[in-house]
Amino acid sequence: MSKVLKIKRGADIKLVGGAEKILTDLPMPHTVAIKPSDFEGTTAKMLVKVGDEVKAGSTLFYNKDNDKIKFTSPVSGEVAEIKRGAKRVLQEVVIVVDKETKYVDFKAADPAKESRENIINKLCESGVWPFIKQRPYDVVANPNDTAKAIFISVFDSSPLAPDNDFIVHGQAATFQKGIDVLSKLAEVHLTVNNAAKADEAFLQAKNVTIHSIEGPHPAGNVGVHIHHFMPICKGEIVWTLKPQDVLTIGRLFEKGQFDGGRIVAITGAQVKTPKYYRTVLGASLKTLLADNLKEGNNRIISGNVLTGTKLEEEGYIGFYDSHITVIPEGGEAQMFGWILPNPGKFSISRALVSWMSPNKKYNLDANMNGEERPFVVTEEYDKVFPFDIFPVQLVKSIMIEDIELMENLGIYEVAPEDFALCETVCTSKIATQTIVRDGLTMLRNEMS
Amino acid sequence: MSNAIHNFLEKNIKPSFDKGGKLENFFPAYDALETFLFVPGHTTNGKGSHIRDGIDMKRTMIMVVLAMVPALLFGMWNTGYQYFLSTGEAYTFMDAFLYGALKVLPLVVVSYAAGLGVEFVFAIINKHQVAEGFLVSGMLIPLCLPVEIPLWMVAAATIFAVVIGKEVFGGTGMNILNVALTARAFLLFAYPTWMSGDKVWIGGGTDEAVAYADGSTGATLLAQATERSSGFVDAAGVQYGDSFWSAFMGMIPGSIGETSTLAIMIGAAILLITGIASWKVMFSGIAGAYVMGLLFNLWGANPFMEVPAHMHLVMGGFAFGIVFMATDPVTAAQTSTGKYIYGFLIGFLGIMIRVFNPAYPEGIMLAILFMNVMAPLIDHYVVEANIKRRQKRTMAVAA
Repeated sequence: MSKVLKIKRGADIKLVGGAEKILTDLPMPHTVAIKPSDFEGTTAKMLVKVGDEVKAGSTLFYNKDNDKIKFTSPVSGEVAEIKRGAKRVLQEVVIVVDKETKYVDFKAADPAKESRENIINKLCESGVWPFIKQRPYDVVANPNDTAKAIFISVFDSSPLAPDNDFIVHGQAATFQKGIDVLSKLAEVHLTVNNAAKADEAFLQAKNVTIHSIEGPHPAGNVGVHIHHFMPICKGEIVWTLKPQDVLTIGRLFEKGQFDGGRIVAITGAQVKTPKYYRTVLGASLKTLLADNLKEGNNRIISGNVLTGTKLEEEGYIGFYDSHITVIPEGGEAQMFGWILPNPGKFSISRALVSWMSPNKKYNLDANMNGEERPFVVTEEYDKVFPFDIFPVQLVKSIMIEDIELMENLGIYEVAPEDFALCETVCTSKIATQTIVRDGLTMLRNEMS
Repeated sequence: MSNAIHNFLEKNIKPSFDKGGKLENFFPAYDALETFLFVPGHTTNGKGSHIRDGIDMKRTMIMVVLAMVPALLFGMWNTGYQYFLSTGEAYTFMDAFLYGALKVLPLVVVSYAAGLGVEFVFAIINKHQVAEGFLVSGMLIPLCLPVEIPLWMVAAATIFAVVIGKEVFGGTGMNILNVALTARAFLLFAYPTWMSGDKVWIGGGTDEAVAYADGSTGATLLAQATERSSGFVDAAGVQYGDSFWSAFMGMIPGSIGETSTLAIMIGAAILLITGIASWKVMFSGIAGAYVMGLLFNLWGANPFMEVPAHMHLVMGGFAFGIVFMATDPVTAAQTSTGKYIYGFLIGFLGIMIRVFNPAYPEGIMLAILFMNVMAPLIDHYVVEANIKRRQKRTMAVAA
């Protein structure tokens, strides 16, 4: 293992409602959904219509700009609904799940004996390919590209994050199989958290370079790892994916099936029994959260509180998420709130009293705690942004749509999630993640 | 209770200001008052981060205002103290404080009324929210003026500063020059006789009817330093036992809030503990001033150059400027490296102007304004260095 990288800039926001390390099998959900909106930068073209029978691995839609990239059903069943939003943009493809899962047979294979081309074809045909995302732009990778490396962060440092060591434990062989597949595509880099003892599936993985990092969130963000271990320059591509995605790839080559099984951590102050549940990709919240929510106005988030997507109660977990967080919605006005010490609110500033109790776990709601303003406070983002990049200057260059300046200031190296803490701590309440996403989209359109 | 008030506002008052209401054009004014009473209960929109830090612009600005309160209270007392010292009348602590309060509070009220008036008008015209920036400027302006300044001048200067110094650039967060210093500079150049000399610093100094005791003088230490480098005298004309100590405590004539380095240090402590002001600017500013002071001591061509370097730190508006004005995040350098350069040059140039140009002994003000203009240039080179480093990396990879 190479030397340990220590980062100082960042913040661990400690919340109540962490998942207990207990794994429970959930019944098969009644419905699952695949949401094209989860695939940033993809225009979906439907292949199925309502009433069609699908198997696990049957293509539902593909990317209009690159028909190699297919999105398949994680279960077998019947297409029940194709929801469209404004301008007929595809929102959800809902499938009513069969009792018994039938799989499309993609044939088990030994990655060592397969050509790179065959491997890519198998990943694309089965619908596993979209798990691979790329930097720059933070979009689904293009199978026609050659990446200089594949980065996998095996720990998630975000608030209440699922523990991948617990999830992957006992599946070392499958994980290794997935790594073997990926290592045919590009050199694979794993990053483990030095402070915690990583699972042997990670530490004893072969065909990979293992890096070690420690420090507060975003230490687990793959963007931070790439920036420090193998920075991206203009024209270079790095692919990223998460540990459970590697397992899915492993199972594809072991069994020849697109196995959509997922372990999901259900966490947050408004969850009755926060723990781990075994379910499938795109499962409906009705099954995931059945009898497990506390009373009140709840904010249900697919993912973590920093980067996740808000869901309605009848929604479906996102394609890339193995984490659900439920917090109180909040929404109460507070009289003279700008002067009260507010010990219950998190802050990295010492203008509230919370800095005096660094180990306190918070029950935070979704309140903005103030109104949007122009940038005033300086060097605030820098405290939580462990990159050799000027975050505010980059955000401003996006606001003025200066493409050359964005490139110079390092936009190729970042994804919206890297700015999640900046957005959280911003005194001016500026929507930095949205701005960075707009900048990446702008740049991608410009370059294509 | 607070819920009842909130409901009352939402149900009975707000509709008149909402779209379609009788007073809809005045919504920004209503909104400013309501959000002052209640931090709104808006929740995150579901994209991006769902939880937010407890800090907001109002809290940030109010912290700075709180940090100025010690200087304000001391300034009130000192105004009375200087007055009674000049007239030779007997007085108690409360006499001094009340005399000063009656002199100082009107200045504060006029500054806030004029400045917030302009802010509200611009918010209504532009249909945007009233930003909190003026909460700080409104307190800074009276504190950096002589006590005898006529109220109409304060109003004129404040309006000039808010309109020309801030609103034409787009309001809080967009301005290039510190608003309070723009107001002070306006007064210094438009009405120099009210901003210098030995009449304006002592209450009643410009009033013929007030009889000063024989030998009294209202000259500030900076004015005296053109003639001597030590042995400064107080308002009664008596030599200070220890002029450094007197200046540090603040019992000297000067602008209302600037005299007491001690009171300013309490404010500085609040700003540094809460992390709202940049210690980099303060620290490097003091270092710059001290270095310049030492260089002048070595040169020693005139009495002002012989003023000990540490004296410079407690005289005039240096401490006030470096703690409350140089650290204004909008007009200061924004990068970490830039802040060291920015602060150092403010201190260095401030003392240089002070000593070289006795006509404008308040060099720190001019130095901060000059560096406000230079700050974007400093940042430009700091950011450019980062860009170059990144490009070098690209070339190293390509090679």
